Amino acid sequence: MSATAAADIQLDASGRLRHFLTVEGLSRELLVRIMDTAESFAGVTAQNVKKVPLLRGKTVVNLFFENSTRTRTTFELAAKRLSADVLNINIATSATSKGESLLDTVRNLEAMHVDMFVVRHAQSGAAHFIARHVAPHISVLNAGDGRHAHPTQAMLDVFTIRRAKGGFAGLKVAIVGDILHSRVARSEIWALNTLGVDEVRVVAPKTLLPAHVEALGVAPYHDLNEGLRDVDVVIMLRLQLERMGSAFIPSEHEYFQRFGLTEKRLEKARPDVIVMHPGPINRGIEIDSAIADGPRSVILQQVTHGIAVRMAVMSMAMHAGPDMEGSA
Amino acid sequence: MSGQRILVEGGRIVDPASGFDGAGVVCVADGVIVGVGARPDGFEADRRIDAGGRIVCPGFIDLCARLREPGQEPKGTIASEGAAAAAGGITTLCCPPDTVPVIDTPAVVKLVTERAEEAGKVRVLPIGALTRGLNGKDLSEMHALKRAGCLALGNADRPLANLLVLRRALEYAASFELVVVFRPEDPWLCGQGCVHEGAVSSRLGLPGIPETAETVAVAQALPLIEQTGGRAHFGQLSSGRAVEMVAEARARGVRVSADVAVHHLHLTESSVDGFDALCHSRPPFRTMSDRDALLAAVADGRISAVCSDHQPHEPDAKLDVFPETEPGLSSLQTLLPLMCALVAEGRLSLPDAIARLTVGPAAILGLESGRLAPGAPADICVFDPAAEWVPAEGGWLSAGRNTPFWERTLTGRVMATVAGGRLVYAL
Repeated sequence: MSATAAADIQLDASGRLRHFLTVEGLSRELLVRIMDTAESFAGVTAQNVKKVPLLRGKTVVNLFFENSTRTRTTFELAAKRLSADVLNINIATSATSKGESLLDTVRNLEAMHVDMFVVRHAQSGAAHFIARHVAPHISVLNAGDGRHAHPTQAMLDVFTIRRAKGGFAGLKVAIVGDILHSRVARSEIWALNTLGVDEVRVVAPKTLLPAHVEALGVAPYHDLNEGLRDVDVVIMLRLQLERMGSAFIPSEHEYFQRFGLTEKRLEKARPDVIVMHPGPINRGIEIDSAIADGPRSVILQQVTHGIAVRMAVMSMAMHAGPDMEGSA
Repeated sequence: MSGQRILVEGGRIVDPASGFDGAGVVCVADGVIVGVGARPDGFEADRRIDAGGRIVCPGFIDLCARLREPGQEPKGTIASEGAAAAAGGITTLCCPPDTVPVIDTPAVVKLVTERAEEAGKVRVLPIGALTRGLNGKDLSEMHALKRAGCLALGNADRPLANLLVLRRALEYAASFELVVVFRPEDPWLCGQGCVHEGAVSSRLGLPGIPETAETVAVAQALPLIEQTGGRAHFGQLSSGRAVEMVAEARARGVRVSADVAVHHLHLTESSVDGFDALCHSRPPFRTMSDRDALLAAVADGRISAVCSDHQPHEPDAKLDVFPETEPGLSSLQTLLPLMCALVAEGRLSLPDAIARLTVGPAAILGLESGRLAPGAPADICVFDPAAEWVPAEGGWLSAGRNTPFWERTLTGRVMATVAGGRLVYAL
């Protein structure tokens, strides 16, 4: 989708966020506003009473067509901390498995006067499809669609980088692993480039890189030592074995030999490098435990930040952010 | 009705088969053309068609159009799609064998042709199945299919089990001078792909179909076609490289030809931006340079036919997440305007555009039609190349509304169609 087309469906006539489907097409100012809003919510999660009444009376539906404990839980927590009512719809045991179309499922929920859909789906474009067909008052947040986008994950990643590094100018970031199947990587690449990092590298064997990957605005590397040289941030990706048919890698053993992150390899990066991973981690396949649990890892901070970032996006899409006039 | 005497007068006659391009009349009697340019002595018309300011050319021959009957009538019927074809200036169309049941017996061939005759619009030439049930393994009874009226055989979009089956199928078909039609696509390289593998598929995270899925299939078939000495036709090519390969083989004397679907001359991989399921096509729309290469090959005749690759769908087929939607466009009525657009852009001369829809496909199948000559079947299209119209409810006759050109202003409109000597459409 061209940047304009991607923005058109996501923003309302006043340029405010209506749906959050992809980072593509959104302005740097908007991404900064999401992070600033998340910053204001970060304090809420540390309070004794971890709730604000911004979405009181609103109903958020977690519409998960694909299993995900972590993402669903953080969306649920975010919605509850905004005082929304939350419905979790387990699609595997619901209507679509009885032959109901996706659109009929959505329309039935819509008829129950809900206000927001958080959608995860195994096919790229699912959130766009739902956003195009929902009633005007409903917001759609993409919680991961196929290989396409996972924009809240990308935002919590850049939020984590901003907190660790103070900003984005001059940063070199390496994203390592299964870029081909990764919606997280695609969204991160958009976010990092929009926010003005110096360089985004992708490191993987050719089988795990998409065609014409350079067109995404990244530099490809097939050697992890080269790819890590002087980087400020390393984002490790999970090897999505469940999405692979065959013949992508010869073995997990060889993959770790060539692309696994070890202490020794990490020495190529800058001394103050931070290591990230969207989880779940496959220890010993993508990353050494010593690094995952080590001082340069910000993996658990990413999880914590996920709630604040999702609160920010939810409140902004419902036009109920803390900076909104008349809001609590 | 076939005895009707029709006079088409006042138009500019363009007949690429004879090279005739000028003013004059076309006279029809008893289902055949009896005069072109001037009226034969003593010819009196029962019906006159005023073609003033319009183009008069042979009726179009469409090498690939799904009618969905038998078996998938909610998507379309021979009657509905036949009417749409007539409104698109098409007088003969070939339907691939992937109906339900498959066109692999004389009985199904007969059913299709009889329904077409009942519908009374255009001539339908079924393409017989190359393998039984399109199973890719067992040869169909090709000679029986030929006797039933099939001029060509193919396996539609279904793969063959291996190259030995391909070889045997080509050899057996060559025994009876049957044209074998390929839609070249290696199923393994294609995988779960739904769009062209390239920059756009990478950005949207959609599984891609690489260009090599097509070129590898062409490369595998060409030596076998050469070896067997048969006649083969590659339908709906999508890549510039495949066109080059077919042209090179043809230059060496291999008996091959190729067509392209008209929308592949307009749309590219970028058309799927926004996950537009109406641009979900198989083969997928490829790069701008592929599109330009296809256009160049159509312009210089290396691709001698342009087809509609019509695939009507019920609305629900496109109302889902992009990879889950069914590929294909409803395109019988956009065939001519999309060709007119290429003429308006200077990509193609008007006679060449008409040739790719008439004499080009006729030569591939060895048909008598596709030309305006005394004795030829009276298949005539009268169109206004400057008339603007908007595909929308009312003037759209196909059961499938699945076109990205819906409610877009197109230029070039069919005003009248004569098929087999009968007026089957008039605006």
